[in-house]
Amino acid sequence: MNSMLLRLVISQFKLFFREPGVVFWSFGFPVLMAWILGIAFASKGEILRNVALVSNNQASASTLPEWLLQKTGMAPAEFSGDYELVWEVGENHGEQARFRFRVMPEKAAMLALKRGQITLWIEGNPKTGLRYRFDPNNAESRLTYLLLERAFRKQKFVRQKAEVHPLTMIGSRYVDFLIPGLMAISIMNACLWGIGWNLIELRIKKLLRRMVATPMRKSVFLLSHGLNRMILSAAELLLLYGFVHFYFDINIQGSLQALALVFLSGYSAFAGIAVLISSRVQNTQSGNGLINSVTLPMFILSGIFFSYHNFPDWVIPYVEVLPLTLLTDSLRGIITEGIGLAQVIQPALGLLAIGGICFALALKLFRWH
Amino acid sequence: MVIEVHNVCKSFKDVNAVRNVNLRVESGEAVALLGPNGAGKTTLVEMIEGVQLPDSGTIQIFEKTWAKDEHFLRQEIGLALQETRFQERLTVEETLDLFASFYHLGKKRTSEVIDIIQLESKRSTWVVQLSGGQRQRLALGIAILPSPRILILDEPTTGLDPNARRDLWEILEDFKATGTTMILTTHYMEEAEFLCDRIVMMDQGKILAEGSLNQLLDKFGEGDLIEYVIEGSFPTQEAKALSGVLTCRWNEDTGYGRLIVNSISETLPDFLDLIKITAVSLTSLECRRRTLDDLFLAMSGRHLDE
Repeated sequence: MNSMLLRLVISQFKLFFREPGVVFWSFGFPVLMAWILGIAFASKGEILRNVALVSNNQASASTLPEWLLQKTGMAPAEFSGDYELVWEVGENHGEQARFRFRVMPEKAAMLALKRGQITLWIEGNPKTGLRYRFDPNNAESRLTYLLLERAFRKQKFVRQKAEVHPLTMIGSRYVDFLIPGLMAISIMNACLWGIGWNLIELRIKKLLRRMVATPMRKSVFLLSHGLNRMILSAAELLLLYGFVHFYFDINIQGSLQALALVFLSGYSAFAGIAVLISSRVQNTQSGNGLINSVTLPMFILSGIFFSYHNFPDWVIPYVEVLPLTLLTDSLRGIITEGIGLAQVIQPALGLLAIGGICFALALKLFRWH
Repeated sequence: MVIEVHNVCKSFKDVNAVRNVNLRVESGEAVALLGPNGAGKTTLVEMIEGVQLPDSGTIQIFEKTWAKDEHFLRQEIGLALQETRFQERLTVEETLDLFASFYHLGKKRTSEVIDIIQLESKRSTWVVQLSGGQRQRLALGIAILPSPRILILDEPTTGLDPNARRDLWEILEDFKATGTTMILTTHYMEEAEFLCDRIVMMDQGKILAEGSLNQLLDKFGEGDLIEYVIEGSFPTQEAKALSGVLTCRWNEDTGYGRLIVNSISETLPDFLDLIKITAVSLTSLECRRRTLDDLFLAMSGRHLDE
């Protein structure tokens, strides 16, 4: 019995270590991800929390109010911009928080909130009382509020009780931020798992090899996979939209043509990536690892569940060109901000370019046998 | 000439899978590539099928090459690769319909093929629910869908039980009668004998011998076999002196011996007399024609089913 168990365990170890791809995705990839994400975020200190100071007064719309400058102890020269200030508070490690304040009118604050560029906004002043505006269902906003209020209190700043005015208007809620991201994930998964994984399986079963030994055109074969998943993905999105429309009152504010363009370009980008990923993989473990290596970073970085504007500034330009970010931002813009065709052309072209480059590379690399 | 393979070589890392092979196949001919595992049969047929490229040498089919006329050749060749797993949750009919579409064929042809491969009762059954023999028949059905002028089958009956193998042979025999040129690889000598006009014996990437069964046996396998097991001391010298004996071997430890003789009817009576006179105990006796396996053993030192 013991000998049998030992032999079984040893033979499984041998099989595992004799597949270099499997070893890499099991050991190398998690360490690599930890290293990359660790370098990207852990060493750069606390998350930067973006807060808007709403001022509808034209005269003060671009300058930080005196009360904030006094309490943060900063001179105007230390601002990173005319109407922007970064304030680091907290002495002990666990208490540290970094806030970035921006002064803007209410309309701009609402737009910034929808885009995830701020997590809450403050109205009023300490004399008359501060009002915090955010969706209490958004955990990030709630935490920012708690940290900010504590920081103000520690500075003996706010004597009057602050008020919280929950933002529950359609379009400004956390769920309005979340749903476009979930739609983008649905498109990404439909492609990477639906197309990429399928192609890998067909290769492993040697069915790919059998099919190309007929007069079937390779381009038609790949196109069929793309079309099939596109129809399924569109159906998935319709179902999801139907649900959130009736359950959360979410409506598409922008143009349907823009939505169609973004869907098609986003789908093309991920379909291209899927074919590229699957172009040479010979076993399921490597396929699994490779797909995860593409989806996982984008899941974290692309602002699906929380805004990527909280990340360090140097990361943001890279995050903004990730296909999932381009897709999510465009969908969010169309659904919650009501943007039209003109505003999505640039990201759509970016997505189409990503898809085209990946697909062209995949055709060069694709292993049919 | 339908297929002409000229000085073809193919290597994988440090293995020379096919070494300088020449093969010509006439129209309507049925050729078996016979050899044990690792003989290079699959590599050779996959190069003929255009699935692999040779390292050197040329392959011409209908005087065309894969490099220039792939689309034409794909229409003309039906093939069944080793170990193809079709989509498990498509039915027999759906699978055939799918492949029929690659050849621009309609439903009518699918129905004809289902009849030919005798899977009428399984028409709506998922592939995952088919037996091994039924799956091989489906693979054969896909191969014959386009009514190909050349049919190439790579070990079509490996792993099947004798009944399933016999069923497949009958279908192939009917198909052969239509005049289709056929190449099949196998390590079953009976399959090669039953289905093919010409047998090409391969080992270690080379062709050892080729010809019809009778040609091979006449050329390389002269004589019939008398095999026996004897308890006691066998008179080898006396046996060698019997009329019509070509060679005589006997192993004292196992008691197994074999005589290769000109004719069983000529030698057997004398052999039995000798046994009677010497009063040894004969526990087993088998008389038969020499087979391809005997030939292969003599040429390569290996059995076909190794």
